[in-house]
Amino acid sequence: MLRFLLSRFAKGIVVLLAIAILNFFLIRLAPGDPAVVMAGEAGAADQAFLDQLRTRFGLDRPLVEQLGIYLKGIASLDLGFSYRQNRSVASLIGERLPATLLLTGTAFAISLGLGILFGALAAARAGRPADTLITLGALVFYATPLFWIALMSQIVFSLKLGLVPNVGYETIGAGHTGFARALDIGHHLILPALTLGLFFTALYARMMRASMLETAGADYVRTARAKGVGPAAVTRRHVARNAVLPVVTLAGLQAGQIVGGAVLTETVFAWPGIGRLMFEALAQRDYQVLLGVFFVSSAMVVGFNILTDLVYRLVDPRIEAGA
Amino acid sequence: MTVLRQFARNRGALIGLAILLAVVAVAMVGPWWFPQSPWRMAGRPFLAPGANERFLLGTDALGRDVAAGLVHGARVSLGIGLVSTAAALLIGVPLGALAGYAGGIVDDLAMRFTELFQTIPSFALAIVLVAILQPSIGSIVLAIALVSWPPVTRLVRGEVLSLRSRDYVLAARTLGQSTTRIVFGVVLPNTVAPIIVMASLMVASAILLESALSFLGLGDPNLMTWGYMIGAGRTRLIDAWWISFFPGLAIFLTVLALNLVGEGLSDALNPRLARER
Repeated sequence: MLRFLLSRFAKGIVVLLAIAILNFFLIRLAPGDPAVVMAGEAGAADQAFLDQLRTRFGLDRPLVEQLGIYLKGIASLDLGFSYRQNRSVASLIGERLPATLLLTGTAFAISLGLGILFGALAAARAGRPADTLITLGALVFYATPLFWIALMSQIVFSLKLGLVPNVGYETIGAGHTGFARALDIGHHLILPALTLGLFFTALYARMMRASMLETAGADYVRTARAKGVGPAAVTRRHVARNAVLPVVTLAGLQAGQIVGGAVLTETVFAWPGIGRLMFEALAQRDYQVLLGVFFVSSAMVVGFNILTDLVYRLVDPRIEAGA
Repeated sequence: MTVLRQFARNRGALIGLAILLAVVAVAMVGPWWFPQSPWRMAGRPFLAPGANERFLLGTDALGRDVAAGLVHGARVSLGIGLVSTAAALLIGVPLGALAGYAGGIVDDLAMRFTELFQTIPSFALAIVLVAILQPSIGSIVLAIALVSWPPVTRLVRGEVLSLRSRDYVLAARTLGQSTTRIVFGVVLPNTVAPIIVMASLMVASAILLESALSFLGLGDPNLMTWGYMIGAGRTRLIDAWWISFFPGLAIFLTVLALNLVGEGLSDALNPRLARER
């Protein structure tokens, strides 16, 4: 297990390194001389200041050396400086990251859980009304733009019905602490997490249904049935447990989509995470923040991937726990 | 012929095709139907749908006709969806064919490269690319293509890998045909069916991606798009829901139609799978 974890982490670091290099070249694609851009963001641009910026960020040195400086910076969590906000990008992101982790983590768990549940239900009732209903629902949510469903559910569930808060992370000025605060945040979390999770619930439900139907025809399922295992136990122990594997793999591959979807969800619900930060940086064309968020969200995806690999090993009946 | 018959037997696929043809028709006749610019302030602002027979779907905050925006947006959505998918295929198919046919270290390198692009959160990359290159139809198409090619590469590689040791490929090689000719003339034509299926689903996700970019304000500033309309109506959700509602419905119907058609094609071109379902 330890060796598996180590090799996964090593792979993750290689991926992050590649993304950091991509990031480095992207910032150089940004319009204008980086020093001029930074100076513009700082609101001043005399020659002395430009030279000072060039020296400080090593812009007067060869490209390879600049890349080295950039990578060394990233290794020590230096993601650049936002002159717009007069703060380091890392501190801006660090402050917003917990909210995004909470939102994407919840949405990931909800979509995986509900998707597997609905998919299994549909497969067990294949061809009957429950299956038709779930399959149709999955088809609909799979085709709905995430930001639109977020807006529409905002109208219905919060503005019209008043069931959940409209926007934000917690009630401002309520002064909740401890458990009361957690409840308040949870209340604000419901709508963003559900809308972010819906598309993925649909995706996983479709996958789980197909996978269940495929697994049900496998030889070992027939063997189990021939041995006299009851239908419920066959479905649970032999079909569902094996059918879930491709769904977990897909979920790992889709982790990046959830992180990307957070940009839209956080924008609509004014959720103070890094997705919202990205939207704000977009309006100000603050490229340093934009690329910082891009890098951190890539790192999140690498983390999610390692996590799903772990889950895969835990649920795969062919791999004994601890092996 | 059997493919057509199989497709026609699928009710969902036919419904999808009908919706899709309707959207295409709207996009084609758009300029004649609504000859004036969708940006024009045509009437009183915030007219509800049906309040004035000239504006069946109402007007927005600036008095622009929502229906005209929808019709002009259809052209943009379908156009960007098609062109960016074609561009993604242009990257994905050759790379997949190269990886699958060459094998060995070339395959390894190509696949690591593809995996890297699959790890990167594609929407975030698209945002960064469009923001850096400045929003325009070209940068949007490029960004969508750059984030959507990896599945194509994986698909084509898999197909080529299983095709390259077939007898007719060996025969072509024995006849002394050049590798390029074998790959493009013999192997790739046999991968067309799964590529078509994937392409139809890719157009759907490209439309979703474009609308999301426009919603965030990264659309081409000269083009009226469905995503832009939803974003523009966002601040007046409570009293003017229709500004955001109708463009969203249009995206939903178009994407749903493409998905249904894609699934129908998939079943028709691969009958074995269809029966299992």
